[in-house]
Amino acid sequence: MLSFDPFELNHPVQQFINGLALGSIYALIALGYTMVYGVLRFINFAHADVLMLGAYAAAFVAPVLAGFLGGPSLLLLFATVLVAAVVCAGIGMLIEALAYRPLRARPKLTVLITAIGVSLFIEFTAQHPAVFGAKTRPFPQLLPAGNLEFAGATLSRVDLLIPVVTVLLLAGLWVLVQRTRMGMAMRAVSFNQNAASLMGVNNNRIISFTFGLGSALAAVAGVLYSVRSSGIDPLMGIRPGLIAFSAAVVGGIGDLGGAVLGGLLLGMLETYAGGVEGLSNYRDAISFGMLVVILLFRPAGLLGRAQVEKV
Amino acid sequence: MLEVRDLQVGYGAITALHGISLRVEKGSIATLIGANGAGKSTMLRAISGLIPARSGSVLFEGRELLGQPAHEIVALGLAHSPEGRMVFANLSVEENLRMGAYLRKDGAGIAKDRDYVFDMFPRLKERRAQTAGTLSGGEQQMLAIGRALMSRPRCLMLDEPSLGIAPMLVATIFEKIVEINRELGLTILLVEQNANLALEVSQRGYVIETGRIILEDECKALRDNPQVRESYLGGH
Repeated sequence: MLSFDPFELNHPVQQFINGLALGSIYALIALGYTMVYGVLRFINFAHADVLMLGAYAAAFVAPVLAGFLGGPSLLLLFATVLVAAVVCAGIGMLIEALAYRPLRARPKLTVLITAIGVSLFIEFTAQHPAVFGAKTRPFPQLLPAGNLEFAGATLSRVDLLIPVVTVLLLAGLWVLVQRTRMGMAMRAVSFNQNAASLMGVNNNRIISFTFGLGSALAAVAGVLYSVRSSGIDPLMGIRPGLIAFSAAVVGGIGDLGGAVLGGLLLGMLETYAGGVEGLSNYRDAISFGMLVVILLFRPAGLLGRAQVEKV
Repeated sequence: MLEVRDLQVGYGAITALHGISLRVEKGSIATLIGANGAGKSTMLRAISGLIPARSGSVLFEGRELLGQPAHEIVALGLAHSPEGRMVFANLSVEENLRMGAYLRKDGAGIAKDRDYVFDMFPRLKERRAQTAGTLSGGEQQMLAIGRALMSRPRCLMLDEPSLGIAPMLVATIFEKIVEINRELGLTILLVEQNANLALEVSQRGYVIETGRIILEDECKALRDNPQVRESYLGGH
């Protein structure tokens, strides 16, 4: 039995905040896909599994941190997110260095298939009983229990918090990419690696940094996603990963603003479709149907520009 | 300054350079002329570390360059303005110049060099905030040269600065190349299909055909060489 009545579930403010929260999470994940695509022109299918590892890192570290910081609080959430982000940044950089870097000069398809291999490797290793095990486990409580009432809507604290965190991260990311030397180098590498290296840019370092950054964002998304859900399991990253990947494509792969737009769009679509009586079972069909329609009219995505494939 | 000895480069089973040797004296302009596909760009790419060489040696100020990654070679004072310009189309003109100075930390010196580039190519100053992709071919070539200068190199390699550019701008760009050489005392290795212009501004010339140097001499002498006149200068 649901604890909310259907009227409350469909409350417009509540729906909007839900959609915004879910969309923000998709946006954070989509940024990782699109940044890696930007520098390497391939889809890092293991990205969704990094999200899962972030959630597990959080689940392990939260009780320890709670010992120092007291019970559930905003501080505990932030500390946990920070640790998960650092862990995942390391994992992302490791994956790049071990699995993708040796194949840098090979055809993109080779790297793409390797990415699928890395994804499956992580998923099935994580399911081993000696690792995390396949069963769903509860996610520790990071925020104080209880919802907030606003204009007749019941809003969860985390749903209100998620868009705020996302906006702050986006602002930070924008400054990094547009206003720092590192960001300029990332943009240069994404345009032409040879030219960048002629400027003295160590491409490996930039690519590694990009993976670290994208993975840290996935970790943030993973923790926030887990706070909203009932529990975590080794395959938990697949669905949000798939949706966020689609968000990156629909927004225009390689375009940071597009990833955010696509994420918000899919989060909203899913929430609104899920809230309509009789449609909720078809929410994914509706989301992806919209994707097909958008891509029919704008094949390069909402903000993407049609690009001639470089030789 | 720059000495290439018996440089061999190949892609798979294909040999692109069959043992090339050339020298660029300090403070001079040397040119390598040849037809499309003769191996000119390949040689520059091998020198600056973008592609591996099979054998041979490249000495820059007495230091071996082969085997070093491209991003470390530019730090030694050798800049390469590549074929097709390769300006960062997604970056602004000013950002492109800042990328040229990527390894430098001296903010004041960078600003001074940027102003030098803007003085040399006022068009770039007018368009400093525009993304480089919106520039014309000639402007992009100016930007590529300016960007290469921003690393404050001691030797500059230019790959076909005349390619795909309006004839009027070609003259301007070659004037600037001479100016850079005289004013900054910069050593230049110029790779060109436009043999007329290249032999005019350079001191030492090399002619490359299918991966081999077939002729080398002072440019004055090369201009009078019947073979060069026949094949590269339009026979008059």
